[in-house]
Amino acid sequence: MEPFQQAIAERVAEQHRHHGKAQFFWVWGVLLVLTAIEVYLTYQNLQPLRMLTILMSLSLVKAALIIGFFMHMKYEVSRMKWLTMSAVAACLALMMIFFPDAFRILSVGVK
Amino acid sequence: MAEATLPHDMPAAYEPSLFGTYSKKIGMWLFLLSDSLTFGALLYAYSYGRISTPNWPTPFHSESIVNATIMTAFLLTSSLTMVLAVRAAVDKDAKAQRLWLLATMACGLGFVILHGREWSKLIAEGLTLPVFPAVPGHSASGEFVNVARTVPQFAATFFALTGLHMLHVTLGVVYLGVVALRRNFIPILLVLWLAAWLGTPAYSPFHYAAHVLLATAVVCAFILWLKPKVYDSSDVEVAGLYWHFVDLVWMFIFPLVYLMSARIY
Repeated sequence: MEPFQQAIAERVAEQHRHHGKAQFFWVWGVLLVLTAIEVYLTYQNLQPLRMLTILMSLSLVKAALIIGFFMHMKYEVSRMKWLTMSAVAACLALMMIFFPDAFRILSVGVK
Repeated sequence: MAEATLPHDMPAAYEPSLFGTYSKKIGMWLFLLSDSLTFGALLYAYSYGRISTPNWPTPFHSESIVNATIMTAFLLTSSLTMVLAVRAAVDKDAKAQRLWLLATMACGLGFVILHGREWSKLIAEGLTLPVFPAVPGHSASGEFVNVARTVPQFAATFFALTGLHMLHVTLGVVYLGVVALRRNFIPILLVLWLAAWLGTPAYSPFHYAAHVLLATAVVCAFILWLKPKVYDSSDVEVAGLYWHFVDLVWMFIFPLVYLMSARIY
C-alpha cells in the first residue's frame, strides 16, 4: 500500500476506534422495533393523514439513526454535519413548495 | 492529529479539509446528497400524484405487506453486517472483513430476489405497464387489472420507485463484490448474469434487465485491470456509506408506497 493510502487508512481507524461494536446491535434492534411498530399500525387501519404523520415521523427517526450511527455522521466534525444535512434539507424543502398545488388540482376536479 | 503520522514529502496531505475528513468520503457524501435528491424528486412526484388523484387505490393485502416487511428486515440486517465489515477492515482482520461483506451481499441479494418475485406476481395479476410483456397462460385478477386501468399512475410510480431502488441495491451488491473479492468477483458476476438471464422466462422484465449485470461485469473488469489497487478500510467505509444510503431510501419507500397502500380488513 502507498504511504498516502496507508495514512488515510490510519485516519479511518482512529475515527472508528472511539466506540465499541455494541451500539451497532442496539441501533439495529431499535430499527427493527420501529419497523414492527409501523407494520402493526398498518393492521390497525388508522385514518390516512394520521397514519402518514406517524409513519413520516418514525421514518425520520430511523433516518437519523442510520445516518448518525451506521454512516458515522455522529462522529464527524460539526461543519460536515451542518453543511451536508442543511444542504439536502434545503433542496428537499424547495421541492415541497409545490405540494399545496396538489390539493388545488384535487379541488379543480376533472372535466 | 493524523498529520503527525505522515511523512514530510507530501505537502498536499497537510492542507486541512473543510469537512475534516478524507476526499474519497466527501466525494461519496456529495454523490449521496445528489442521489437523495433524485429519490426525493420521485417520492415528491409520487406524493403529488397521490394527493391530486381522488381514487388512488390501496391494493396491497397482508401477503404483500409481510413480504415487504421481510425485505426491510433483510436490508436492516445488511446495514448491520456492513458496519461490522467496516470495523473488521479497521481492525485489519481481512477474513472477517470478507465474510461480513459477503453476508451484506447475501442480504442484498435476498432483498432483490424477494422483490423480483413480488414484481413477477403483481405483473401476472394484472398490475402492469404497457412496456411489460403480457404473461401467457395466466388469468389476471380483477382487482389489479382494475387498478392498472383506472389509475395507471399507481403502477407507473410503484415500478419506477421500486425499480430504481432495486437497481441501486443490485449495483451496491456488485460494488461490494468488487471491494470484497476484486478480480475473483468477475467470473461470479458473469455466472449471476447467466443465472438471471436464463433463469427468468422470456416474458419477464428481469430477463432483459439481467443484462445490467453483464454491463457491470465489463465496467468492473475495466476498472480492476486498468486501475488495480488494494482496497483498504477507507474503501470499505466509503462502500458502506453507499450501502447505508440504499437502506435509508427504503426506510421512506416502504412506508410511503407499501404501508400507505395497504388493504387489510
